[in-house]
Amino acid sequence: MAATAESVAQVEEIRKYKHGWETDIEMETAPKGLSEDTIRFISAKKEEPDWMLGWRLKAYRHWLTMEEPTWAMVDYPTIDFQDIYYYAAPKTTEGPKSLDEVDPELLRTYEKLGIPLKEQEVLAGVQGAPKVAVDAVFDSVSVATTFKKELESHGVIFCPISEALKEHPELVRKYLGTVVPYTDNFYATLNSAVFSDGSFVYIPPGVRCPMELSTYFRMNAKESGQFERTLVIADEGSYVSYLEGCTAPMRDENQLHAAVVELITMDDAEIKYSTVQNWYPGDENGKGGIYNFVTKRGACRGDNSKIRWTQVETGSAITWKYPSCILQGDNSVGDFYSVAIANNAQQADTGTKMIHLGKGTRSRIISKGISAGKAQNTYRGLVRMGPKALNGRNFTQCDSLLIGDRCGAHTIPYIESKNRTAKVEHEATTSRISEDQMFYCRQRGIGEEDAVALIVNGFCKEVLQELPMEFAVEAQKLVGISLEGSVG
Amino acid sequence: MIEIKNLHAAVDGMPILKGLDLTIASGEVHAIMGPNGAGKSTLSYVLSGREGYQVTDGTVAFKGQNLLELEPEQRAAAGLFLAFQYPVEIPGVTNMTFLKHALNSVRIQRGAAELDAMEFLKLVRAKTKELGMSDDMLKRAVNIGFSGGEKKRNEILQMAVLEPTFAVLDETDSGLDIDALKIVAEGVNALRCRERSMLVITHYQRLLDYIVPDHVHVLAAGRIVTSGDKELALHLEEEGYAAFAERAAA
Amino acid sequence: MPDLIPISSPGAAPADWLAGWRTGPAATASETPEWLQSARSAAAGNFERMGLPSRRVEDWRYTSLASLAEQNLDWSPPSVDVTRESLPALVFGREADCRLVLVNGEVRPNLSSIPNLGDGVVLTSLSNALGEDDDRVLRFLRQRLAEDGSSLKILNDSWLLDGYVLIVPDDTTIDMPIEILSVGTGGVRPPAYQPRNLVIAGRRSHVTIVEYHIGLCIGSYFANIVTDIDVGPEAIVRHCKVQDESKEAIHLALYSARLDSSAQLDSFSFTLGSRISRNELRVRLEGLGAYCRLNGAYLVRENQHCDHTSVVSHASPETSSDQLYKGVLDGQASGVYQGKVVVHADAQKVEAHQMSRALLLSETSEVSTKPELKIHADDVQCSHGATAGELDAEALFYLRSRGIPEIRARQLLVEAFLNEAIDAVALAGMRLPLEQNVVRWMAERSGP
Repeated sequence: MAATAESVAQVEEIRKYKHGWETDIEMETAPKGLSEDTIRFISAKKEEPDWMLGWRLKAYRHWLTMEEPTWAMVDYPTIDFQDIYYYAAPKTTEGPKSLDEVDPELLRTYEKLGIPLKEQEVLAGVQGAPKVAVDAVFDSVSVATTFKKELESHGVIFCPISEALKEHPELVRKYLGTVVPYTDNFYATLNSAVFSDGSFVYIPPGVRCPMELSTYFRMNAKESGQFERTLVIADEGSYVSYLEGCTAPMRDENQLHAAVVELITMDDAEIKYSTVQNWYPGDENGKGGIYNFVTKRGACRGDNSKIRWTQVETGSAITWKYPSCILQGDNSVGDFYSVAIANNAQQADTGTKMIHLGKGTRSRIISKGISAGKAQNTYRGLVRMGPKALNGRNFTQCDSLLIGDRCGAHTIPYIESKNRTAKVEHEATTSRISEDQMFYCRQRGIGEEDAVALIVNGFCKEVLQELPMEFAVEAQKLVGISLEGSVG
Repeated sequence: MIEIKNLHAAVDGMPILKGLDLTIASGEVHAIMGPNGAGKSTLSYVLSGREGYQVTDGTVAFKGQNLLELEPEQRAAAGLFLAFQYPVEIPGVTNMTFLKHALNSVRIQRGAAELDAMEFLKLVRAKTKELGMSDDMLKRAVNIGFSGGEKKRNEILQMAVLEPTFAVLDETDSGLDIDALKIVAEGVNALRCRERSMLVITHYQRLLDYIVPDHVHVLAAGRIVTSGDKELALHLEEEGYAAFAERAAA
Repeated sequence: MPDLIPISSPGAAPADWLAGWRTGPAATASETPEWLQSARSAAAGNFERMGLPSRRVEDWRYTSLASLAEQNLDWSPPSVDVTRESLPALVFGREADCRLVLVNGEVRPNLSSIPNLGDGVVLTSLSNALGEDDDRVLRFLRQRLAEDGSSLKILNDSWLLDGYVLIVPDDTTIDMPIEILSVGTGGVRPPAYQPRNLVIAGRRSHVTIVEYHIGLCIGSYFANIVTDIDVGPEAIVRHCKVQDESKEAIHLALYSARLDSSAQLDSFSFTLGSRISRNELRVRLEGLGAYCRLNGAYLVRENQHCDHTSVVSHASPETSSDQLYKGVLDGQASGVYQGKVVVHADAQKVEAHQMSRALLLSETSEVSTKPELKIHADDVQCSHGATAGELDAEALFYLRSRGIPEIRARQLLVEAFLNEAIDAVALAGMRLPLEQNVVRWMAERSGP
């Protein structure tokens, strides 16, 4: 846990939103607004097969019949879906073959970012540096995928989904939309119609992916929406750990992000999917910030397969996100570890669904919500034990921490059991940082903001320790940064 | 080291300390005894700067500095340490992390370089060894699931790591059985030195059998009513606080 | 979770229900005061607009009233002759000292026995209280009629013919429990009735109410009961409800309580009967230091559906609430617990705890739980917990290893499970009879 100490000590050095700059790169955009033409434009740009365009159009036509959901505890002005750019790409449309070909401005961008293209040496693959293969999605386009060759030697496919559509169309077609169908929900359907890029991962049977895979998402262009689509398939007996990082520049107006992530595990396979979400949260008064409406779902199709979602959600003006597991295979396991921090005027409505279908399926939910300022933070979750979930098990622990008396913390769990041999346990608590704790820390010489960061990191520890080490340090720092100004 | 003059303090508008005078020189150990409600804990909180304790009159000079205008963490950095009567629990934060944070925060404020993980580990291991404590305690969350004795020993460990020049021990003996008391007292005694002063606040004389003070003061109704050497504590034990309180009133 | 929380869309108001209202006494009675008639009409209009709640209404996602809408209900059933002798003298092993009887929602003085309860204490029928223009009743009723509510509350507002009224003046303690016996009878068509009950407990008053709801038939009927409770400063109201309606009955009960400073409400609900039942408690802790305890135990089997819903609003500082619901489900039965705790902004130093535990005895029984916290203040201690599962296999084995046959061991464990809730019943005399019911219910089970 030296990492905690180290990182929090650095809090001072890092300013409020360190990712709040804009990269000046020539962009190519589709005309503003959404229509069948926009979709045809995107599909043509990507040189997609006909079936893909057909699928997108089906989704679009279905979307036209849908209403924007209003059930979440989030409040925002109506989004004008015609006032958004659905496609924005750096003008060098030829996919870079190597890093040397990447726009140097973009590389400088990465330098500034710190995560997870942390050091140039990681990118360059310098000996001894931790190996993390990175697919960077810049606005709507995947711009750089590293370590591709080495991964290929293991049979691992890790590439932009647009490339996968060309190189491995049969794989994409077989799995795309099978976990999150194009009819699923308002935002997922919109994504199905207009998604422009994202990452595709396939781990062949028996392969343990030799390194962490990572996607780095960044929104840059003004008035653009980002709609990435990620598909990860772990075939029989394989394993992969996947990281996702997100940032966006500071802007006055809100930007829409509506991603879809689908995970599939076959027999004995395992996927660990970790997210550190630090989209621009807007200013203290709620001006600007990202609207983050994301659909993430994993299907444990195979017996003894396992999916673990770990998320640290500190950014976005609005977070609307429920990474879920459908536990189909017998003895499959779903985990959800979440830290959600909402400060100032942020609103977070997040949680998970654990759908137990197979025998002996197990799930665990650990959710830590922190509310500060005048933020609203909601945990919303569903645990369902189906009639065939013999000896199914769920344990849920859902804790809220309130900092200040103007914020809100809400817990809305749905627990449904249709199998008597299944056992479901749910616990939830609410607390605040006590005056005693603050004084104790300060008497030992620790300043107020540091003390808050320290105590909150302790509160979140069960979740943070699930993150891969490189991310854990970053996440601990973020906890401190995102709560700046919440006391005193 | 510390010079308290005519200190008046109130809690929620109610006067608790009413003109307390106390001077402690470098290397001295003073004990303050007194009945419940005399203002013993108030004194420790006023010195350490806890919110809600209003100083209404008087001065406190700490190594020539006006202590009362400092924030709690600044007082800590200046070398003041309070061993809490009821040490606070902080879930999820390990003792190790907490100590490292505290030490480095204090070091930064004192203008010293931060210790890196290895240096810190070495230091803490040395301290735990000196105090005869196990390393296990370092891996556990701060005071969570600690017995009364463990909590008090943990306070002493923190003191050993932070190396204050002036330590206030607030009823360190409360809730301890005789064996635990001895262990804690040994820890305190190990930290006695010429550069370090201590103020031992206690209700009972027995602690002073193990931490032998240079001076003993009796605090009643917000003032020091009698001072003497360690014999005073024994008299007090025999006579009881009531008689002292009477004398104070007279 | 889009499929989880559908957009709330109202259901339809069954046409025959509206016709039943238009031709029934609520719309046609002469000599009704004008304010009451217009309140009823306005409510009927609102009900027509709102309709019966469908499962797409969030509050009703786990309880379907579709089968209710299909019934050919008799909205103005003829008065049924019930004799004193046909009523169980000993409903729960105890002869009542004070009993008020309602048959199909109508108070029957000839079946009731009401002793002198003390100066100023009123225990009477709503129709009587309205006839006498009792100011306290009128003011309270008007206030409650003005409040929003679910469409079932509105439906009840539109009828407002009878029910019981209990008024306890300031500084008055009523020692004997007040027993309310509500009897449902069948009919050629299932009768529908909607009593409206009012309880007003004055400052520093103490009163205990025991409600029994039983059926004198095996057929179906529909009871839509609304009880408005006002607990004055420092008053204590204890309420124990036993619902053992006919196995085909549909019993929907709403208790809406407002608590003044340092007031206490202790509520216990014991559910055995009805095809579909819902016990809904809405408690507003309005005064500083108010406290409520809402407990319940239920035993359901065959095709029974039992719903416990509660909404506790902590509107003032230093208020507290405790909830414990325990249920045992057998056959194809289904159970629901939905509990919402709301802590308002500035309601500091609030303590609220919720716990729901369900035991599933059969493969086809199911339970849905939704314990919800909405917190807008920071200095609060709130927790909730929920469990669902079968009997602890280890405990079962332990008992059997001590020579106790399996069936008996299961009975013992179920009894012990429910006793945690029953032991907390404020009226000590009720505990044993309740426990005996558990024993009997378990003994009636055929399988393991």
